[in-house]
Amino acid sequence: MTAPLARDKAVAPSRPAPRRRRLDGTLLLVAPAVLLVLALFVYPFVYGLALSFQPYGDNEANGPLGSYIAFFGDARERLSIWNTVRLAIPATAIDVALALPLAYRLRRPIPGQRTLTALFVIPMTLGTVLIAEGMLQFLGPAGWVNKALLAIGIVHEPVRFLHNYLGTLISLLISDFPAVFLLLLGYASGIDPALDRAARVLGASWIQRTVRVTLPMMLPGIAVATALSLVATFSVFPSAVLVGNPAGETRVIAFAAWQAAYEHFDYSEGSAIAIVMGAIELALVFAALSLRVGGYRRLTAEAGR
Amino acid sequence: MTLAARRLPARSAIDGGAVFVYLVLGAVALVVGGIVFSVLLDAFATSWFGGWLPDGYTDRWFRAAITDFQIPQILGATAVITLAVAGIGVAIGVPAAYVLARRRFRGKGIIQLLLLLPLLLPPITYGIPLATMLYELRVAGTMLGVIIANLVPALPLVVLLLTPFFEQIDPALERAARVLGASPRLVFTRVLVPLAVPGVLAAALIVVVRTLAMFELTFLTSGADSQTLVVALYYAAFAPGIRPSQQIDAMAVVYMATSLVLLLAALRIVDPTNMVVRVRR
Repeated sequence: MTAPLARDKAVAPSRPAPRRRRLDGTLLLVAPAVLLVLALFVYPFVYGLALSFQPYGDNEANGPLGSYIAFFGDARERLSIWNTVRLAIPATAIDVALALPLAYRLRRPIPGQRTLTALFVIPMTLGTVLIAEGMLQFLGPAGWVNKALLAIGIVHEPVRFLHNYLGTLISLLISDFPAVFLLLLGYASGIDPALDRAARVLGASWIQRTVRVTLPMMLPGIAVATALSLVATFSVFPSAVLVGNPAGETRVIAFAAWQAAYEHFDYSEGSAIAIVMGAIELALVFAALSLRVGGYRRLTAEAGR
Repeated sequence: MTLAARRLPARSAIDGGAVFVYLVLGAVALVVGGIVFSVLLDAFATSWFGGWLPDGYTDRWFRAAITDFQIPQILGATAVITLAVAGIGVAIGVPAAYVLARRRFRGKGIIQLLLLLPLLLPPITYGIPLATMLYELRVAGTMLGVIIANLVPALPLVVLLLTPFFEQIDPALERAARVLGASPRLVFTRVLVPLAVPGVLAAALIVVVRTLAMFELTFLTSGADSQTLVVALYYAAFAPGIRPSQQIDAMAVVYMATSLVLLLAALRIVDPTNMVVRVRR
């Protein structure tokens, strides 16, 4: 089996497009980028992985897994995973649910589209730190929101928006929304409006068109937006400290990793927590991305491409 | 597949979708506007206790920020770091994006995945090992260390943004130039570069904005004189009570103005919807 194949190759180097015989020199242009990622991303990652199996201080007694045992053995440390998940998933779900219909409607331009898009993008430039900083003022006990609520008479004492779970969730919702929206808008504007019109002509109701036509077409976009939003919200750190309660309910895993490495100077446990964080986050991201395979491929297959 | 036409598709007079757009828009504008304006007003306030508006206005917090927070020094460091990251990111990312857009080769999938991974992992995950490594190499705490760390997500972003951009540039243009006798170098400088400038510029601006807002990696690798605005702001906000809130907000306004100017510049060059996903019709 292999011999004729190998001879074939020796005779005629079979590339998909045998335009040139020599090795394409332009391919070398990709080398610097690959080398940079290998040196600054892959190597440190492997280094961190190795470091995490070299426990430091008291953890050394527990063998190579000492740093992981220290993390998973401590209920308070373990809780940081749950604290992160219960912020990241609701924030992502709410943002996608809000951005999806918005993006779908805006794929047909409405007056002032460019201004609107620009307005949605502003929170992206502000960044999590500034949003958290601004929330201290705006949502604080003497801030405008509480003043308005008190004036209307909905509440009788200021609502505690800050330094708790709610504060961190709000800050994530704001800082994460623009990216989700822009991404979905990109996908929505790629859907051929003729499909929707065709379904309408064939008598499909608004709900049928949404469920049977639009949503399946949007599924890849939803998957990517969800994945990228999970990446952003899972690494919540500054806002969990500034408008959350980093000693309690918003002691997120990024904060735990930072604390181990930079406050306790245990780089081994810091790396171990960082690796655990990356593993959980990647699992969530791939779960989100698997949506895309399910929906889109089937649809394009049915379309007979 | 029998979507039976039970009734004629009726167009309602009120566009429910548009109403929803304006509702969400209103909510976003209210919250973001509220945050921005309360920071802005507070930064110019003499004091702000209890009332709807500050008790008086002054610019002394900005003058104080210049001396106390060393704003000029931080702005200088921020400019050097963001521009260096964008410059290096573009210099390395553009050729890679071009190759990925134009060529098919073995192992392309692996390279694409490799160039995507840094964007898929939270910065803290690779930031802690990277910072530890940079501390051992004694570059952490310097501007070089901050630039190196920020390149990790910046380069993949450039490649991700520019690969579809190069894909939509018609290869026939390059082929035509070659047929007419242009050398590969001439094709590059006279055909590709002019066509690619808007996309490259936009990608560079987006990297600058992202680096400006990148907290985690800068936080992990910066020292006293290599802080960017966002990290300095975090430290100021992290220790409330030491400084009046007005002074912190003055710094926030400086940060906000800087990134807003850059973003608006980026938006003038490209439509963001086209940058994310490009669709051929």
